[in-house]
Amino acid sequence: MSLLEIENLSLTIGDTPILKDLQLSVAPGEVMGLVGESGSGKSMTALTTMRLLPHAARATGRVSFDGIDILAATEDQMCALRGDDIGMVFQEPMTALNPVKTIGEQVAEGIRWHTKASRAEAEERARKMLDRVGLPSAKFPLSRYPHELSGGQRQRVVIAIACALKPKLLIADEPTTALDVVIQAQILDLLRDLVAESRMGLLLISHDLAVVTEMADRITILRRGEVMETGETARTLSEQLDPYTRQLAQASMHVPARAKPHATGEGKPLLEVEGVTRDYPGRRIALFRRAPDIRAVDDVSLAMAPGQSVALVGRSGCGKSTLARMILALDRPKSGTIRFRGETITDKGEAELKPARRDMQPVFQDPYGSFDPRQKVEKLVAEPLHVLEKQPTRAERREMVAHALHEVGLDQRDMDKYPHEFSGGQRQRLSIARAIITRPKLVVADEPVSALDVSIRAQILDLFAELNQKLGIAYLFITHDLTVARAITDEVLVMHDGKIVERGKTSEVLDHPQSEAAKALVAAAPDLHRAIARRMQEQG
Amino acid sequence: MTAYLLKRFAIALATLVLASMVVFAVLEILPGDPARLMLGMNASADQVELLRNQMGLNAPLAWRYLHWAGGLLSLDFGRSYTYSVPVLDLVRERLAVSLPLALIALALSTIIAIPVGLFSASRRGRAGDTVAMGAAQLGVAVPNFWFALMLIYVFAVWLRLVPAGGFPGWGAGIWPAAKSLMLPAVALALPQAAILARVTRSALIEVLNEDYIRTARAKGLPYRAVLWRHALRNAMIPVLTILGLQFAFLLAGTIIIENVFYLPGLGRLVFQAITQRDLIVVESVVMLLVAAVIAVNLVVDLSYAVVDPRLRSRQ
Repeated sequence: MSLLEIENLSLTIGDTPILKDLQLSVAPGEVMGLVGESGSGKSMTALTTMRLLPHAARATGRVSFDGIDILAATEDQMCALRGDDIGMVFQEPMTALNPVKTIGEQVAEGIRWHTKASRAEAEERARKMLDRVGLPSAKFPLSRYPHELSGGQRQRVVIAIACALKPKLLIADEPTTALDVVIQAQILDLLRDLVAESRMGLLLISHDLAVVTEMADRITILRRGEVMETGETARTLSEQLDPYTRQLAQASMHVPARAKPHATGEGKPLLEVEGVTRDYPGRRIALFRRAPDIRAVDDVSLAMAPGQSVALVGRSGCGKSTLARMILALDRPKSGTIRFRGETITDKGEAELKPARRDMQPVFQDPYGSFDPRQKVEKLVAEPLHVLEKQPTRAERREMVAHALHEVGLDQRDMDKYPHEFSGGQRQRLSIARAIITRPKLVVADEPVSALDVSIRAQILDLFAELNQKLGIAYLFITHDLTVARAITDEVLVMHDGKIVERGKTSEVLDHPQSEAAKALVAAAPDLHRAIARRMQEQG
Repeated sequence: MTAYLLKRFAIALATLVLASMVVFAVLEILPGDPARLMLGMNASADQVELLRNQMGLNAPLAWRYLHWAGGLLSLDFGRSYTYSVPVLDLVRERLAVSLPLALIALALSTIIAIPVGLFSASRRGRAGDTVAMGAAQLGVAVPNFWFALMLIYVFAVWLRLVPAGGFPGWGAGIWPAAKSLMLPAVALALPQAAILARVTRSALIEVLNEDYIRTARAKGLPYRAVLWRHALRNAMIPVLTILGLQFAFLLAGTIIIENVFYLPGLGRLVFQAITQRDLIVVESVVMLLVAAVIAVNLVVDLSYAVVDPRLRSRQ
């Protein structure tokens, strides 16, 4: 007695096959987890169920929802289902809301459309729904605009829109991927409660095995448009009958093999940050009046030894990226000093900073956005070379690029290609190649693997570990993902509200957190081992 | 919000002052002595000097600028050299033709362009879109005076619905006057509408790819409702920008169109004033046009804030 029953669903877009003979079912009150890597067809499965596919898509097979044949339904029938019986929550809360309409209008719109309620009635129901998802009227009146809310708050609004009419089925496509772990845990709790309250079916789509394990009763594993395995979550993940399931599970828990950390403490420290503070001007509240300054980084001190790998963890907005920008001399502190290899960098001009720039390089989060799409790899990877004292000749430059590409596991012939010819993981290798081409002593990596699939993430983490061993590069990893911190760093700094609230050996801090902030992070971080163990207990 | 408004006002005012300085300076640099021009080649040096003193041409530059700018503020534009009447009367008379013409043309181009843009964007890549955008391409490419000639041929010469040119004056009644503005307004509006339709289409297509459009569809709204309720308003910012810029083109366009249709408007006035070296008229009309363009752009800036709440809360 399923609510949603998908049988032999095949989907092509143009000539490209997307889904092959997909089987999936969701019962009322059940949470079905749909897991797979990017491009496996998870989102297309969701969009087929909503019949919101791109024009060129052709679907065959059977999708029935509550007795209605979705693939054969008219557009009018689908409009009646969408938003009323089937709700959907999307991945990107920052862009999922219309920026020119108030949150009240956006929640009430669907209610008015489906129930023909008056504006006042619809707004009253919208108000109740917003209260329900944790946006109380005192702080979040209906007249708020999306840009006045944070990412987590916006995702609550999206959930309110999707659940306003108590749908029988909610489809949540990566609902927490863009959020930090603490907010992720809150949103997942909210979804769990909504399911329990009204026996709603939930199709939870995620690439994160740990999140799905915590949430789902049953799990379906998708690879290149085909179902690899489906079954009860705990059994599927503990038995790991299918090799791909095993591969996914191992990749999510992957810890790169690292030799003992580099000799630390001897000689001069590589990086010293002393009492650094950075303020941002407050919001302008009147013509000549501003809100008080916002202290993004508050009296932070830290030191790193050569070859050391340090994680800087904290929730979004805690000041970790601002601190990283100051360490990279892309921004100046209001007070305090930063010394790199013994030289103060906080008071230097651009010309004097050249030697320091040569020895520290950044790696950014988004492997798609950080390359100019119209330049060849050779030029992109060679970009940092302009800080060298002696400019290399064309031949020398090609030589250096070839070497850097080789070190990150790419072919030297790749240097004549353009960025779009590479996959996400390969592009992140390119950005690492770009970072190491000047033989830096320090690489500052801002969420370098959070945009990658688990198996690719495992490979990139291995690469970071290998380069740390081979070239003795010190890392400062900025991340909200504790699994990454645990996998690749010796020490961890926990940042909260601009301050470093806890520091120590990574394993000690993550296993026995002392500060409130660290405890919250650890408690909220999804952990596959823990989740499976708990599922096993529940499901017997 | 107030900060945004005040900033826009201040920028508009500063632009106006700067523009007035440029206009004044250009006319100062231009060769030719207005006094000599008025008195003719046979006047004696004494006579010229006397007139120069009378006209205040011998006073220091800064003083003359302030005097001129002060005059503008109190709507005293001086007297035309050729017509010997106050420039204000001249301009007022001509404005009664040009302002309605420009406004009708602007309204017409908006009324044509936005539905065409919506139509094309919602049928992207299909036959209707191709036809509409082909027509728009043609509209951009063909100059407006040629349009004007074709319109005259079809509607005035052939169908005899409207006069081919001339203007009876508003005294002759609203309908005859409006009728004689119809063809010029259409000729002015069509090329602008073509550009605006293309901008509307591309702005809408960009907006239709946004995530919040999918959110609106997932609410159960049909495609048309999503287009009108969610997409259009978000696509308005680039459309408004182009609309503001087009106003300046419309004003410039009136110079040609008024000549084709033989309308006694500002465009014709400025054209004649230039050929007759009636610099004080040129100066005044140019300042007026500058002020109009700045005012329209201020309105556009303010309407951004109406359309987009994010601008209201930013500084």
